[in-house]
Amino acid sequence: MSDIRYSEDHEWIILDGDVGTIGISDYAQGALGDVVFVEMPEIGASLDKGAEVGVIESVKAASEIYTPVSGEIVAVNEAVDGDPSLVNTDPLGEGWLFKIKLSKPEELNGLSNQDAYNKFLEGLD
Amino acid sequence: MSQSPQDQALQQTALHALHVELGAEMVPFAGYDMPVRYPMGIMAEHLHCREKAALFDVSHMGQFNLAGDDAVAELEKLVPGDINSLKTGRMRYSLLLNEQGGILDDLMITRGAKDLFIVVNAACKDADEAHMRAHLAGDTRLTKLDDRALLALQGPQAANMMGQYDAKLAQMPFMSGMQASLDGLDCFVSRCGYTGEDGYEISVANDQAEDLARALLAFDDVEPVGLGARDTLRLEAGLCLYGSDIDTNTTPIEASLTWTIGKRRKIEKDFPGAGPIMDQLFDGPSRLRVGIRPDGRAPARAHTEILDLDGNIIGEITSGGYGPTVGGPVAMGYVDAAFANDGTEVGLNIRNKVHKAHIAPMPFIKKGWK
Repeated sequence: MSDIRYSEDHEWIILDGDVGTIGISDYAQGALGDVVFVEMPEIGASLDKGAEVGVIESVKAASEIYTPVSGEIVAVNEAVDGDPSLVNTDPLGEGWLFKIKLSKPEELNGLSNQDAYNKFLEGLD
Repeated sequence: MSQSPQDQALQQTALHALHVELGAEMVPFAGYDMPVRYPMGIMAEHLHCREKAALFDVSHMGQFNLAGDDAVAELEKLVPGDINSLKTGRMRYSLLLNEQGGILDDLMITRGAKDLFIVVNAACKDADEAHMRAHLAGDTRLTKLDDRALLALQGPQAANMMGQYDAKLAQMPFMSGMQASLDGLDCFVSRCGYTGEDGYEISVANDQAEDLARALLAFDDVEPVGLGARDTLRLEAGLCLYGSDIDTNTTPIEASLTWTIGKRRKIEKDFPGAGPIMDQLFDGPSRLRVGIRPDGRAPARAHTEILDLDGNIIGEITSGGYGPTVGGPVAMGYVDAAFANDGTEVGLNIRNKVHKAHIAPMPFIKKGWK
């Protein structure tokens, strides 16, 4: 498995072969607050990098989820569908959202590693 | 990020430093820098209020004193409520109406021994003041109480705590107000609220507000609660948010607030907009504010289209989200009158997908006040 990479929209991706697992960062779940519903993408959908793939609803507001890479959706996390609070309690683990088969693996190079993302977050406040 | 000029212009309540100290996330609201949530989070804050007690800072709201022998008669010219029959120490929810019957604001009016105490919405307070100054005649004297903060203590444990300061506070009826001393601080205490729970609103001098807030927070069962949970609490209680659920384009009849029109006022028809409002009352309004329960789990937010089973637009959601106590999505909005009966099946257009829902009675929770 690859190291974790982040987008500036606060999604993370970890690659296993040509399939990436995607979720939202710990910072993002904290900013959203209590997650109560996730609208997942449809399996089989082909999406371009940056496309809206779903929506996370917290008590506070609805926020779009964007895919950080292009590809085809191959799985969504049914456990999060049943218990959306997993996104808060384990955003980088059990709270993953969907898996995508990358059509342009080189797009990973445009994403931030953990250190770069941490620096990006410091710049937000 | 650097502050925009808009942020710098935000006003602060007397409790601002305390909110920051308590770790609140601050957001702009009605021109004030206000706490939307504390580290506990909106869900836990909401549930804490329903189970124990919550302290809210609502000092951004407008507080007024209206004095003079003509105060009651003059205020009645602006609202549909029967203020004249209000006994000393009792309070009433009412509406400032325009001549078309539209709602300029909703407000609380408490009758004191010699004067009226009025609380209005933060976003409307300047316009309300101008409206009242322009229309209140006779010997009325309107004073804006800018030197006072307003705290709300809400929840089933609130009466126990208030009773420890003064036994009378635990005994006072809901929708009444009285002067009281809390820890030696002079306060005007009202038993009312905006959460669906029993509770109090406490008007106190700005320079004593932090002492009072710290004293209340010292009770084990009190947690500070922000505007985020205040909104989910009032939504579950079916209470209107001015600017979302009611405004100048809605009448009291359409807003299902017909009960705010006093019996005597209906007969005398002497309140603003009485003509169109009484016509609507007798002919039936074309649309009504109703409660809506989505059948699924997707929250339906404000401005979501409401559809009939054929897909025609029959209304719009004005407030909606997740109800932590209900454990699912709840909403309110306006629908064509033919679809306003409880149980009516409707559709909600959420992100271009139709989600099933039904019209439901409000409040969505068992009310906690008496």
